[in-house]
Amino acid sequence: MGLFLDFNPFDNLLCILLGISFTVWFTLLLVFIIVPAIFGVSFGIRQLYMKTLLKIFEWATHRIERGAKDNNHLLYKPYSNAIIAKEPTSLEEEIKEIRRSGSNRDLDHASEFEMSDIFYFCRQGVESIMDDEVTKRFSAEELESWNLLTRSNYNFQHISLRLTVLWGLGVVIRYGFLLPLRVTLAFTGVGLLVVLTSIIGFLPNGRMKNFLSEQVHLMCYRICVRALTAIITYHDSENKPKNGGICVANHTSPIDVIILASDGCYAMVGQIHGGLMGVIQKSMVKACPHIWFERSEVKDRHLVAKRLSDHVEDKTKLPILIFPEGTCINNTSVMMFKKGSFEIGSTVYPVAIKYDPRFGDAFWNSSQFGMVNYLLRMMSSWAIVCSVWYLPPMTREEGEDAVQFANRVKAAIARQGGLVDLLWDGGLKRGKVKDTFKEEQQKLYSKIKLPVIGREV
Amino acid sequence: MGSTNSTLSRIPNVEELMQETGFTPAHIVRLYDRFEALDKEKTGHLRPQDFGAINRLAMNPIGDRIIGSFFSTGQETVDFHSFVRILAHFRPADKNRPKDPSMPQPVNSRTSKLKFAFQLYDQDKDGKISRAELLQVLRSMLEMQVTEEQLESIADRTIQEADLDKDDAISFEEFRKSLEKVNIDHKMSIRFLR
Repeated sequence: MGLFLDFNPFDNLLCILLGISFTVWFTLLLVFIIVPAIFGVSFGIRQLYMKTLLKIFEWATHRIERGAKDNNHLLYKPYSNAIIAKEPTSLEEEIKEIRRSGSNRDLDHASEFEMSDIFYFCRQGVESIMDDEVTKRFSAEELESWNLLTRSNYNFQHISLRLTVLWGLGVVIRYGFLLPLRVTLAFTGVGLLVVLTSIIGFLPNGRMKNFLSEQVHLMCYRICVRALTAIITYHDSENKPKNGGICVANHTSPIDVIILASDGCYAMVGQIHGGLMGVIQKSMVKACPHIWFERSEVKDRHLVAKRLSDHVEDKTKLPILIFPEGTCINNTSVMMFKKGSFEIGSTVYPVAIKYDPRFGDAFWNSSQFGMVNYLLRMMSSWAIVCSVWYLPPMTREEGEDAVQFANRVKAAIARQGGLVDLLWDGGLKRGKVKDTFKEEQQKLYSKIKLPVIGREV
Repeated sequence: MGSTNSTLSRIPNVEELMQETGFTPAHIVRLYDRFEALDKEKTGHLRPQDFGAINRLAMNPIGDRIIGSFFSTGQETVDFHSFVRILAHFRPADKNRPKDPSMPQPVNSRTSKLKFAFQLYDQDKDGKISRAELLQVLRSMLEMQVTEEQLESIADRTIQEADLDKDDAISFEEFRKSLEKVNIDHKMSIRFLR
């Protein structure tokens, strides 16, 4: 009985304390995060956070390197993950050189087949077995400095107490403080989106509705951006996509959508999903016209093309956002763009998105993680830092077909983002290379020989 | 992925492998990572299909033959040791090796490299490159670009020049002789980074 009496005042005190801390917490949340999101302003807290983190990472890396040297361990140098130095010579040069050294004939017959020609192909083949460009593009890019996340570190072992303590502290902060905060924000953002767009859906079509819908979309995306602690720098905003155009960007993760949509209003294109995604999609389309396809409609290319062109012709509708690579690439290169979106014939606004891998790897390897797992990883990283460049609009020129246009846009994006422009199809992540490429090699080899062969026969 | 030491300890008989092939621990670790990356289903072995996923290789006219050289006759899988042994052919030759004929040739000597190239031609492993085999290689390298007659005439000329004992086939010695001026070490070596 006495015990019971003793607990009561503590109970009250505890309740009061909890009540106060919740109120404080929510007020802070509101003031520092949600209100700025509504108005699109920023306190600069995230920039400060980023600078502090960078300093800590440098220190951590330095410690690892020192520790490894002291213990005479061989450090797996992540940034030079190449095994071999590839000779960048072309087929022609190589063959001429082999011939010159080995041939005991005069140069007149230099372009005929020799037994040693096989060496070039042999070496190329083995080089690609040891190290090839494409397979590397599909695994997460390896880092130069350690960002206190075990998932990106290949040298982690106990180097020093201080480092381990720091790492432990990092885990506590990320999972104990940042993650719940972010999840709360994410739910708030998504919830608001669904509720508000449904409400707006009841308004009659007109300028008021469009204006409100834009504001609501922007606000909710900004909250989501803060939910991921994404620190985004936008460049060249004067080139932002306008109505009646198609916005084209390189694809690294589903977050790309949130990043772009928090700075401008777009009409999304995609397949209708079930579950939560489906609910979000249905309510979004009430407020403004997005283009959602049923699963069955996706296969019909003509239908897809028609709906896209209809949308684009209506100048009151928002620009369409499309990711032509078709799959997530690991943000070191840009793969082949599928030509569908380039056939429609409207102005294309290219956008380059480049993530800074020092803070957290945003690449979604869909064969490794599912969506929920991926989002949790994202929300428990330090931050997502990226840069967005709006490139000047491009249109298809006379005599250019869709594929050439697509390649031109792709090259522009790759150049701006500092990404490698690769010819390969993103679909290679799952499939095999087409026979046309083998033919190209054969053509090249035969060109060296054909002129002489013609004379021989 | 742990440090070099922990990866090395996962590979059985790694000391022997390093002795035989001359790769350094750092090389072995990287090759092991590469092996694991190719072995998508984590079986510990590679099959021809795993090599098929490498696009540059699929594009290579003799890609299939190169893949075939990893699998000894009758074998359908290749383990890490065999993988490394084949790749060791492409290490640059050790310049200061004493020429001791009683010792077996190291795997990256000029002769071993030539043997590797020879077996790319000699698919039935009878020790000779027959006219048919030569034609096959020519066909893979030239395919649609030339006619059958042109291929035949090229094959004829090549055999004519290299075939010293006139048995209409090129033996390993004749192969070696025809390439005696070529800098094999340079052409069949891959520069490994530290």
